[in-house]
Amino acid sequence: MDLASAKMIGAGLACIALVGAGIGIGNVFASLISAVARNPAAQPQVQPFAFLGFALAEATGLFGLAIAFLILFVF
Amino acid sequence: MALELHPLEQFKIEPLIPIHIGGLDVSYTNAALFMTVAVLLITALLVLGTRRGALVPSRWQSVAEMSYEFVADMVETNAGHGAEPYFPFVFTLFMFVLFANFLGLIPYSYTVTSQIIVTFALAAAVFIGVTIIGLVKHGAHFSRLFVPEGVPIILLLLLVPIELLSYCIRPFTLSIRLFANMLAGHTMLAIFGGFAASVGLLAIFPVALDVAIFALEVLVAALQAYVFAILTCLYLRDALHLH
Repeated sequence: MDLASAKMIGAGLACIALVGAGIGIGNVFASLISAVARNPAAQPQVQPFAFLGFALAEATGLFGLAIAFLILFVF
Repeated sequence: MALELHPLEQFKIEPLIPIHIGGLDVSYTNAALFMTVAVLLITALLVLGTRRGALVPSRWQSVAEMSYEFVADMVETNAGHGAEPYFPFVFTLFMFVLFANFLGLIPYSYTVTSQIIVTFALAAAVFIGVTIIGLVKHGAHFSRLFVPEGVPIILLLLLVPIELLSYCIRPFTLSIRLFANMLAGHTMLAIFGGFAASVGLLAIFPVALDVAIFALEVLVAALQAYVFAILTCLYLRDALHLH
């Protein structure tokens, strides 16, 4: 197997990390909706944490995407 | 038909004014241009917006005051009570990342924060600054940051290296989070734009998707600036209060 094909396969495999990002983000916003549904007055309190949690969960998935780009374009 | 997609061409750095000093290439590039524009816009907003200084603010003054209050509130809530001297630093970080991200959304412009060296410079400044602040304030006691309370000694052998590693990885995660978000967003926009250019009548679908992704990118631009600033505040709190 030559390097170019191996790079393609490696990049594709690295993108599986985005599954985790999807599950994490879904989790965060599901909790936000549950919390606001139980206690609507708490919305301004929990919403900043929801956005912080979303960004951190997305970041972990994007680390995998960064590895994919690294494999494709640096090596 | 071979698809001539070049989604990564938009990140190319072009020297606008070539300057070479003693073998070093210090040209004024398109990245430097957009960084300058961001700084000028922020300064214009803050200086010109608050020039009148009215008690009942005008629209621009309101925007300048709201941005100040937003970051001041964030620093006070998240970094604790000893962090007031570091407010200008957090404010600068927040406004620069916000304006750089938004400037990148303008078509045909350059996204400064999609370069890992730019985000790494910002994250390294945060990490080195926060570590020095912690060391100056606590001296040798700073190492207590890596030893959580109430842990049996045998677990500490495993836990302290993990805590140390996760502390040292902070500049990398901080920079890669911002860089990967900006890179991925703009690359997606370019790829779907390329599809739209090559499909003929079916182009309505990639264009509609591009509009949706653009809306997401606007959210991500603001959110990543907020996350960068709030994580700086949290790291500051860790360094100042050691827990």
